[in-house]
Amino acid sequence: MALATHGHGHKPLGQTLVDLRKVGKHYGRGDKYTEALRGINLTIREGEFIALLGPSGCGKSTLLRIIAGLIGATEGEVLYRGQPLRGVNPNTTIVFQSFALYPWLTVQENVEAALEPLGIARLERTKRALRLLDHVGLDGFEMAYPRELSGGMRQKVGFARAMAVEPELLCLDEPFSALDVLSAESLRGELMELWLSGTIPTKAILMVSHNIEEAVFMADRLIIMDKNPGHIVAEIQNTLPHPRRRKEKAFLTMVDQIYAQMVGKTRTEAEELGSAPGEPGLTRALPEAPISAISGLVERVNEELTNKIDVYRLADEFVNDYDEILPIIEAAEVIGFANVEAGDLSLTPLGQAFAEGSIQARKEIFAARLRRVPMIRWILSMLKAQPDQRLSWDVFIAALSREFPAEIAERQLDTAVDWARYAELFSYDNSDNALFIEVEQPIAQAIAQPNGAPNDH
Amino acid sequence: MDALRRKTVFATGQSSATYLGWADILILLGIATAVYLGVQLASSAPVSLARAEIDLNPQVLPYYALQSVGRMAAAYLLSVLFSLVYGYMAARSRSAERVLLPVLDVLQSVPILSFLPVVVLGLTAILPQATAVEIAAIVLIFTSQVWNMTYSFYQSLRTLPRELREAASVFRFNWWWRFRRMELPFASIGLLWNSIMSWAGGWFFLMAAEIFTVGDKDFRLPGVGSYLQEAANANDTTAIVWGVLTLVLIVVLLDQLVWRPLLVWVQKFKLETVEDDNPPTSWFYSLLSGSRLANWLNQVLVVNVVRAVDRRLGKARRFEPAELDRPLHWTQHAARFLALLIFILIVLALGIELVGLLLSVPLAEYGRIAAGTVATALRVITAMLIAIAWTIPLGVLIGSSPRLANILQPLVQIAASIPATAFFPLIVLAIVSNGVSLNVAAVLLMLLGTQWYILFNVIAGTSAIPKDLRDMSDLMRFKGWRRWRKLILPSLFPYLITGLITASGGAWNASIVAEYAEFGQQTYDVIGLGALISEATAKGDFGLLTAATLTMIIVVVCINRYFWRRLYRLAEEKYRME
Repeated sequence: MALATHGHGHKPLGQTLVDLRKVGKHYGRGDKYTEALRGINLTIREGEFIALLGPSGCGKSTLLRIIAGLIGATEGEVLYRGQPLRGVNPNTTIVFQSFALYPWLTVQENVEAALEPLGIARLERTKRALRLLDHVGLDGFEMAYPRELSGGMRQKVGFARAMAVEPELLCLDEPFSALDVLSAESLRGELMELWLSGTIPTKAILMVSHNIEEAVFMADRLIIMDKNPGHIVAEIQNTLPHPRRRKEKAFLTMVDQIYAQMVGKTRTEAEELGSAPGEPGLTRALPEAPISAISGLVERVNEELTNKIDVYRLADEFVNDYDEILPIIEAAEVIGFANVEAGDLSLTPLGQAFAEGSIQARKEIFAARLRRVPMIRWILSMLKAQPDQRLSWDVFIAALSREFPAEIAERQLDTAVDWARYAELFSYDNSDNALFIEVEQPIAQAIAQPNGAPNDH
Repeated sequence: MDALRRKTVFATGQSSATYLGWADILILLGIATAVYLGVQLASSAPVSLARAEIDLNPQVLPYYALQSVGRMAAAYLLSVLFSLVYGYMAARSRSAERVLLPVLDVLQSVPILSFLPVVVLGLTAILPQATAVEIAAIVLIFTSQVWNMTYSFYQSLRTLPRELREAASVFRFNWWWRFRRMELPFASIGLLWNSIMSWAGGWFFLMAAEIFTVGDKDFRLPGVGSYLQEAANANDTTAIVWGVLTLVLIVVLLDQLVWRPLLVWVQKFKLETVEDDNPPTSWFYSLLSGSRLANWLNQVLVVNVVRAVDRRLGKARRFEPAELDRPLHWTQHAARFLALLIFILIVLALGIELVGLLLSVPLAEYGRIAAGTVATALRVITAMLIAIAWTIPLGVLIGSSPRLANILQPLVQIAASIPATAFFPLIVLAIVSNGVSLNVAAVLLMLLGTQWYILFNVIAGTSAIPKDLRDMSDLMRFKGWRRWRKLILPSLFPYLITGLITASGGAWNASIVAEYAEFGQQTYDVIGLGALISEATAKGDFGLLTAATLTMIIVVVCINRYFWRRLYRLAEEKYRME
């Protein structure tokens, strides 16, 4: 659907809807204490379309849920139209990433289900549901079940349902990220048309996004967040006129600028590495990137004559969501294969050597660097302290749980084992659930003592 | 049908505890106290009781059948209500969950049959006899049906996708809309499969609950179960055959007219957003949905009623879900502490008396209990080994051919629903007339009751082996033993364990009826824990009954915790195809 030619289509700003003052959120107590958000100040005014961006784990979805009243803040004040918010905010709805449609209800019943609790009479409900479904172009699909529809059409039902209750503030929780590229694009265009033309009573939109281009395409203000704990690092006003074109220079510059903001700048080695669990100082979490992705990245950059690439181009080439590329870049930085500055990623000489090395040479380079990573060093020293150089997985998890939430502790150890296995530093034995240091075994010997039965007939 | 669903159907290795914690000990103590209270009540039951006459004329069978089905239905309704309430309580609050889940876990491994005398006698002490026996039968069937359903509902509530729950909050559903639009539909598939299992289990106990002697007290209720036993006592083979036929007919009718159509209907509540390539079918359901009359009745009776309820309850105050890890107010702490204290005091007070009762049992009797436990364990193991030996080859054969599986699976399902206890009179007759040893008969009875679960799971496991793996094994020319060892057995393992867990619990339970038989004036029994329980019941020896029952509870709970759960976890971690 073509975008409405609505001039330069910026809405005049009106009254303040949401006002967050020094909002924070933490979970648990004692050892299980984790801080999800800290010191969030944010206002949303009528007429604004705001996008929340940030690496995964920075609390953007939590923030959205606090504004919708699904979760209570533990610090600070959450005001809606100047009044403190208690319980679910009746003036908002959410469009969910996974659509959150009830699969046992038809398209029409799904929309009506949102109207039932409001006490609207049956005929009026039906009328309103049909009108909205017509609005989003689902005319003729009223009696279909969600499972009969494509992803894009399901999300249209999600939008129709959200709009049926006529919220002042529409919250979008990554609404396009579960869709295929083309459906997502067309749905974005349709939403913008509804929003800019003012055919829906929605006063403001708040969108969590994993896609920088999408955010620049749609939003007037971009809030960039970072993690540990979640906080706002930057706000960028986007005054590009609608309709925005992705290949325009101003558009690209803004995307590039946000990427640069998000990948940051490689710090000194000591800062990048952090300290080991149990030691003083901040324990640096390993970026959760698999080995294959790290070497893929290094090889790709090595193809460039300058050994340097724009992070934005990298993301554009491989993935749509920055969420997938950020941990890989971070891993390359931690290991010392790459440096990032001003949105550009360049290989270090070590990274070049790795990219050009043989399989064995790569393993050796990787192992040498890995020994410097505090978490790996810590695991190795714990293992070496054991007489049989073997220690249960659970022991490490218990130790890591003091630094990380339980599920992240598991993922951290998974990543550590993935990396260390590749570097042949230590490995994991499934049969007794333990990490152990591999004893050097020459290949000839390994062949002479096969583990599996020979292939007899 | 997909493998995942079957897994949830027969999964009994539910919570993951593999040891006994303090909570379990407390619960066991609580149960012991309850048993003791029941026994106290039971020993004060009136002595002489009028007995209902059971007519052996086959013409009364429809009437008897109706009574039995009525009893089952009453117990089932009770089970559904209980499941909803208990499941809600456990899922809604973390602290309730901490108490309710271990209780559920222990209760479902308790051998229900050993409770029968306590329940019957306890109730006759406080109620008129006819009512008491009727209620006792229903309570007993209820206790055999309810646990897996409750667990299934609880599990559904806990696994509701977060975004669906959030959508319900954002759209301001009150408790009624949550329940009707979201929780019940989501739970319905699991609840239905568990209902089917529960009915099968219920029949087993109904057979035993309808006729019953304790000491000189003889209780009977008109029904198919009492008919069968009376027929056996009268040595009336024709009547036995009629009785078994009636029972099979009821099971088949219920399967075809109730469960199958419901199974087809609940498919619409599946969460998966893709279509099933092989959905269940039901001729009766197709007939109903094509019938104008049925549609009209549905409109008048169901739709309008539901709308009226919606209008009433839909306006209720909005339900504000509490955050699960919200810290408790000090009054809540205090209340909880007080409740625990009172519970402990009651348990202690009664416990002292209980210990007195247990001490009054002579030491020699404890020797018999120990020997009986070993003997029964051996019988259970034998029955399970035999079951494994024949179900694996047959199950793999059926499961490897989708065509065969489609034809035979409904039959296996029906066979599994026919209670082993129905065949007990036949077995008793065989013992009396042909001198078959009761040892053989006991194992046979356990086998009859348990083999179906195993067969069912083997079929499911075989048909769940991914095609890629089969193809790969063909390419690598895995044949014969190698194929079994590398492909079939590892794939079957989790399913086999799931089946064996159910089978093991059932076999222990069956020992109570299998190891002891009275015929005319003669008593047949073997050394065994089940025989001891039955003997104590028949003699009215409450000390021995209490000791033997508690032993069985503890043994079964421990076997579950220390053996099955561990195997189940291994199966989950290592051999599950994901």
